[in-house]
Amino acid sequence: MIEIQNVHKSFGQLEVLKGIDLTVQKGEVVTVIGGSGSGKSTLLTCINGLEPIDKGKILVDGTEVHAKTTNLNKLRQKIGIVFQQWNAFPHLTVLENVTLAPRKVLGIGKAEAEAIAEKQLKHVGLGEKLSTYPTRLSGGQQQRMAIARALAMSPDYMLFDEVTSALDPQLVGEVLETLKMLAEEGMTMICVTHEMAFARDVSDRVAYFHKGIMAEIGAPDQLFNDPQHPETRKFLASVR
Amino acid sequence: MFHTALTSADLIFLAKGAGMTILVTAISVFIGTLLGIVFGVLRGQLGPIWFAPVTFVLDIFRSVPLLIQLVLANAFVGMVLRLHISGLTVACMVLSLYTAAYCTEIVRGGIHAVPATTRRAARSLGMSWLQDMRYIVLPLATRIALPSWIGLALGVMKDSALVYVVQVTELLKSTQILITRLQEPLFLLLICGAFYFIISFPLARFGGYLEKRWSND
Repeated sequence: MIEIQNVHKSFGQLEVLKGIDLTVQKGEVVTVIGGSGSGKSTLLTCINGLEPIDKGKILVDGTEVHAKTTNLNKLRQKIGIVFQQWNAFPHLTVLENVTLAPRKVLGIGKAEAEAIAEKQLKHVGLGEKLSTYPTRLSGGQQQRMAIARALAMSPDYMLFDEVTSALDPQLVGEVLETLKMLAEEGMTMICVTHEMAFARDVSDRVAYFHKGIMAEIGAPDQLFNDPQHPETRKFLASVR
Repeated sequence: MFHTALTSADLIFLAKGAGMTILVTAISVFIGTLLGIVFGVLRGQLGPIWFAPVTFVLDIFRSVPLLIQLVLANAFVGMVLRLHISGLTVACMVLSLYTAAYCTEIVRGGIHAVPATTRRAARSLGMSWLQDMRYIVLPLATRIALPSWIGLALGVMKDSALVYVVQVTELLKSTQILITRLQEPLFLLLICGAFYFIISFPLARFGGYLEKRWSND
């Protein structure tokens, strides 16, 4: 379970998270929507411990992410994150991209790591690209490779930060299909997205962020059909 | 009709000088590169303020002409420290620090050019700082910095011609000795240049080969 309690985060004078409270249960899919600069992506990097927070607490399975005693490298092994820019390791083949962390971080042997990587790459439809370098892949393929790379660590939670935003429109579908598949398999996920149809289809709950505040959260049908907060109504009207 | 007094023994003498040039260059570039990597990584980690004292020292090695560095270092070791160190050792020490001064900037630039987002992706997978450096940053920085490093290594090889001031008989000094004896300066300098080319060419080609291979990744 991920528990976010009264989290505040500022970059200099700019407060991007103004007291976020959110609990995500095991197996739940929560989608975060909102305008640019609303703090959605910052929240994900805070959950993964890539950004410190100013106030509040984030607990992952009871472990406080930002406590000084927390071994962040170990905690990150159970929280996979995929970014808007897929951030492939360009000097490694697709297979090496996916086996690197299981081998060096988890200490898994080469053969076993390759078997895990091949399984995950087949899972996301890249079984034929094992020895290809990332620069030879399309954006959608690189993004799916990044998803396989995160999944190869067998995380308990997956965070997706606008993973389709940097893709050409014709490549968005293949990545969303992969995310849908993961959701159907019961993976606990927090997805920051601008894809409203996707949010409606796969989410258990949808949260709307506005200027660092979680203005509204609810089931997709409720939030999309009967938004309670005026800012949610305004946002949904603007994206329809 | 072309005639020369150059004998095969003289060619061997020149080859020995070339061997000394290779030795001085290899030792200096090896040590200088290792120091450059350490200083370059530390520069990135400590930031410019904490690293300022080292930057100041390295700036001296980059700013003062190598000839002056060699003469002063030799005098300092012999007259101040009163150590009996060979000219070859002094030459390698000075050239290593001279190489390190330039290599530090090359390494710093290479590391800086690795996108922060790529490093963040590595850390998000649970990699430690050391694993991130070892498996992601340094391999990528090497690819970025290689052309500059090859240029530095070739430059050090040519600059090593100045180590004659600390009594090291390298290729150019060997050539000068033969010029004094045979009085055939143009022909001997032509041969000397050919030796330098033969030494440099494989390194330049090797760099080109690596660049091409890595560009196919």
